[in-house]
Amino acid sequence: MRIRVTPASDLGVAGTAESGRAPAVEATAVTCRFGADVVVDAVDLRIAPSEFVALVGPNGSGKSTLARALLGLRPCDGTVRLFGRSPAAARRDGLVAFVPQRGRAAPVVPATVAEVVAAGRLGARRWWRRFHPADVAAVDHALEAVALTDLARRPVAELSGGQQQRVLIARALVSDPALLVLDEPVAGVDATSQRRFRDALVHLTRHHGTAVLLISHELSAVASELDRVVVLRHRVVFDGPPGGLTERGVHLGVHPEDLPVWLEGLGG
Amino acid sequence: MNLPLPWPFERNYMQLALVAGLMVGGTAPLVGIFVVQRRLALLGDGLGHLAFAGVAAALLVGAAPVPVALGVAGVGALAIERLRSSGRVSGDLALALFFYGGLATGAVLAGRAAATGRSVNVVPYLFGSILTATPTEVVLVAGLALVIVATLTVAGRALLAVALDEDAARVSGLPVEGLNAALAVLAAGVVVAAMQVVGLLLVAALMVLPVAAARRVARSFRATVWCSAVVGVGSVIVGLVVARVGDLAPGGVIVLCSAACFALSGFVGRPARPQRA
Repeated sequence: MRIRVTPASDLGVAGTAESGRAPAVEATAVTCRFGADVVVDAVDLRIAPSEFVALVGPNGSGKSTLARALLGLRPCDGTVRLFGRSPAAARRDGLVAFVPQRGRAAPVVPATVAEVVAAGRLGARRWWRRFHPADVAAVDHALEAVALTDLARRPVAELSGGQQQRVLIARALVSDPALLVLDEPVAGVDATSQRRFRDALVHLTRHHGTAVLLISHELSAVASELDRVVVLRHRVVFDGPPGGLTERGVHLGVHPEDLPVWLEGLGG
Repeated sequence: MNLPLPWPFERNYMQLALVAGLMVGGTAPLVGIFVVQRRLALLGDGLGHLAFAGVAAALLVGAAPVPVALGVAGVGALAIERLRSSGRVSGDLALALFFYGGLATGAVLAGRAAATGRSVNVVPYLFGSILTATPTEVVLVAGLALVIVATLTVAGRALLAVALDEDAARVSGLPVEGLNAALAVLAAGVVVAAMQVVGLLLVAALMVLPVAAARRVARSFRATVWCSAVVGVGSVIVGLVVARVGDLAPGGVIVLCSAACFALSGFVGRPARPQRA
């Protein structure tokens, strides 16, 4: 279980080589229900490799449900292909990573930042094998990407809320995924952590060719870097570049309580 | 075979007790770490009660209790895991069902066995009988301990990843269902191995108390693993010595030693203090 800290080295871009030219996400007519309620209604969504897409909408609009459906964590109607294969196959092939909503970074049993981040590395390789220098380098690289290198040996429980969120993001980055899905990863996180977070995502899309689907209420930090914004209110009410929203008089630094007003601007 | 060990381990029965105790004291906390991390601290108790049903069934039909208890606890562990992961029943309610179902079944079967005229003594299974362990039983306990250590050496990292966050682990490509099933079966193995040492009613204590003590002192997962194993092994050695000196029940004394370590760890361990960003 030892996590050695060694200088970071260049990492292979395994995910992109595997993913080929197929879209990172190709979802058709995805419909999810909770009992009789239709939470996600006939959603079509396509995300190209290395595209940076934000998914926004009011609370209860189906964002998290859609994300879980895309990853195959929740049964829904419709079809989902990730890199041309089923979500289960994409997971098995180590193409996907996920930062769940309200994820707990601090474990009950003590664990260091490096140990928690290393836990994200196993799926990208044969999980039963010993850690190789490449795995250790990947952990270092992920810690560097979220600026936590200095805290690698600290127990996660001693970190601030923003730092703990960055640990979870590093745990997702460390497998070098071809598609990264983040469900409200920066809710309640300080401005410094949000900037670090944006830089990490930009680095991923530009240098690793990773497709990113970011669910968030708070997009002001990443607005300038987004390729597309998808607005969900059970159905897709807007899908286009952030500029398209601005033209309609809406801005991306929206607080949850302002969202109903904000959405009126879309005429959705 | 009698090894040239100093008092109080100079007698053969004390040496057998020491070997079985060290195996269980060292491995029970290792499985316990993952159980505690998954907030299933009472899993060991639930499996202990199921194993009791297995022991009673074996007494009724005149079979060897340990293999039957292992089979019943193993199947029960998989069933609890299945109920929990299906989301139909919460983890603690799934445990309660098996907890009381196992104990009640055991009571009925043991009563039936007594009624058929067999000599039925369930006390050694409930409170341990480490001082009367036979060489065969000690070999069986050692075998279970070896399997546990080998499995954790290979799958420890993956089990940690699943215990930290099941969804993230599943998306990252880990076989979460298989790993959860493996942990459930390992826990059943620990329970049956520890049955001999501290008894089914105190089995969970050896899985949980050393971990509870270690987590207040250790600062990393790796350190928690070592520290909890040391507490488990230390409790067994000190417990056996104290039990021999004071002519006390060794199972109870071993668990009290672990509980004392937990209490003392409150003075040694520093409370986690969140730092500012």
